[in-house]
Amino acid sequence: MHYLAEGLRLPTNALDYSILILYFVVVLGVGFAARASVKTSLDFFLSGRSLPAWVTGLAFVAANLGALEILGMAANGAQYGVYTVHWYWVGAIPAMVFLGLVMMPFYYGSKVRSVPEFLLHRYGPSSHLLSSIIFSIASVLIAGVNLYAMAIVVEALLGWPQWVAIVVAGLFVLVYITLGGLSSAIYNEVLQFFVILAALIPLTVVGLKRVGGWSGLSDSLTESHGANFTSAWGGTGIGSDNPLGANWLTIVLGLGFCLSFGYWTTNFAEVQRALSAKNLSAAQRTPLIAAFPKIFIPLIVVVPGLIALVVEPGIGTEKSGLQYNDAIPLLMRDLLPNGVLGVAVTGLLAAFMAGMAANVSSFNTVFTNDIWRAYVKKGRPDAHYLLTGRVVTAIGVLCGMGTAFIASSFSNIMNYLQTLFSFFNVPLFCVFIIGMFWKRATAAAGFWGLLAGTVAAMINYFWLYKGGVISIPSDQGANFVSAIVAFVVGGVVMVGVTPFTKPKPVESLAGLVYGTTSPGLAEPPAAGDEAWYRKPALLGWGAIVLAALCYVPFSL
Amino acid sequence: MSEEYEYQREVEELEGKSATAARLFDVRRIIGGLFVVYGILVTIAGITASDADLKKAENININLWTGLSMLVVGLLFLLWLKLRPTAAPHTAPEPRQEGPGPVPRRDADEG
Repeated sequence: MHYLAEGLRLPTNALDYSILILYFVVVLGVGFAARASVKTSLDFFLSGRSLPAWVTGLAFVAANLGALEILGMAANGAQYGVYTVHWYWVGAIPAMVFLGLVMMPFYYGSKVRSVPEFLLHRYGPSSHLLSSIIFSIASVLIAGVNLYAMAIVVEALLGWPQWVAIVVAGLFVLVYITLGGLSSAIYNEVLQFFVILAALIPLTVVGLKRVGGWSGLSDSLTESHGANFTSAWGGTGIGSDNPLGANWLTIVLGLGFCLSFGYWTTNFAEVQRALSAKNLSAAQRTPLIAAFPKIFIPLIVVVPGLIALVVEPGIGTEKSGLQYNDAIPLLMRDLLPNGVLGVAVTGLLAAFMAGMAANVSSFNTVFTNDIWRAYVKKGRPDAHYLLTGRVVTAIGVLCGMGTAFIASSFSNIMNYLQTLFSFFNVPLFCVFIIGMFWKRATAAAGFWGLLAGTVAAMINYFWLYKGGVISIPSDQGANFVSAIVAFVVGGVVMVGVTPFTKPKPVESLAGLVYGTTSPGLAEPPAAGDEAWYRKPALLGWGAIVLAALCYVPFSL
Repeated sequence: MSEEYEYQREVEELEGKSATAARLFDVRRIIGGLFVVYGILVTIAGITASDADLKKAENININLWTGLSMLVVGLLFLLWLKLRPTAAPHTAPEPRQEGPGPVPRRDADEG
């Protein structure tokens, strides 16, 4: 959490505010209009598994394109330079493609309603309950951190008091999700995706002109920060020094494999978008369609970070009073006239709300489905769970708002907690991938693998790294290493525990493990899905090749 | 086996009763509408841009370009909606219609 500088107040006028207010009205309108479509709990939690792939695909990328991500990646651009593209091309695309091509048939085909529910059927209640509870707590907490971050940005840019921003944004999210469920969350994410593009593209264009185009930008940066700053792999040899504090091995294994696969394939806030697709083909294409915009997002997020560094060379130093996180707001202030400025402010607020809404809409599903329905009140009529979902949404948002208020006094603790929860996804992925491909892996192995992996990552990060036992040059580098540790320990514990514990009967694993299909699940392909541009394999490999090609200009 | 797959039957049953496909409006209408309105507002700001506005944006009339682009995107969404309207939902067997009626057709449209 960083405080934005006082001097970032934007010169907004009535036109900008009209654009912003219009957006808020439309967001609420979507919620009210979507209400008519919510008849069952499945409508509320998964849009009745009926949305087209382009909608779920854009929602998939937008759910990740929250404002924290946008401001944070621009900040990374200003701090680490072109290395930041690793978070996209190696740290997202392969995992998204893997989710679509390899994992989605198990998720969607087995008709589970959430990621933890898959654990319940594959392993059993212990790992299910553990992951459901951790996911629920983490979602509410992250929603709160997101709200708090928004309040700081809005205070700096528009001059609203923090509590006003927290209450307004929180209540809007509460209303539209309570009314329309996942459908209104997804629709607003799609809308937010286009608004944020309309905000960031003009910003990048004007910014590039300011610094003399791409060549002017890379010349200035090479002069001030050295040649490696504008390359993706320069200086990442093992043992050599670079701003990121990581080498090619930890980048590829830690970020590209462990962290990224953990996040993209097991984070229910993402996977939920795919589970709401109308058939298996659409569900598979959801992350694949999302991969293409994701490849190009660094152009309008990381590049502005680099531009900010040239426009304001002191950014990130004590003297200037500007943080790296201020990169995009700074350019908005300096370069955008009223009108586009309103669109940019709207895009930023929309991204904050969408990021929070993604957390809330996945939280209410996991809490209702995997905790309430599975362990507290079983076997009630569907209407009971629909109502629970709505009540839990309201409670979740209110807790998030509470967290936001608390965060303002304990922001360091919040950072730690976020780091802590980020370690949970990695062993989760380990447990999933072993469970999907190894029939013998037992329920006990799943639980202990999950727990041991998480604890190992925490020990590595908080004790070995923070305690100074091993030396890693930066927090990012330590993150990557901890992720590798979590994955390896989780896997070793699973393999170690399995031979000594009772396997699940093979017939209860149909459709959950590679090489099996659920009874009666061979769904005929929908008409039109055989078109070449809808072939998941082609889309997936196309995205991989494109991401690899993107590296070429930054590696020569 | 039946015990284990109880949840799948339940999901199938809920899918059958689901109202989303039949009642949820098309998001293209919202994107198209909002972008047309935004496009018009920002284009007007571009036409009436002051010298200070131009100077701020490095002598690019960024409002004009952004406004026109948003207008085009909005119109394209509305056009797409018109050319390929929402697929007729495969309606649940409501009060059964006697005699030969139009068969509910599930269009192969936007994927």
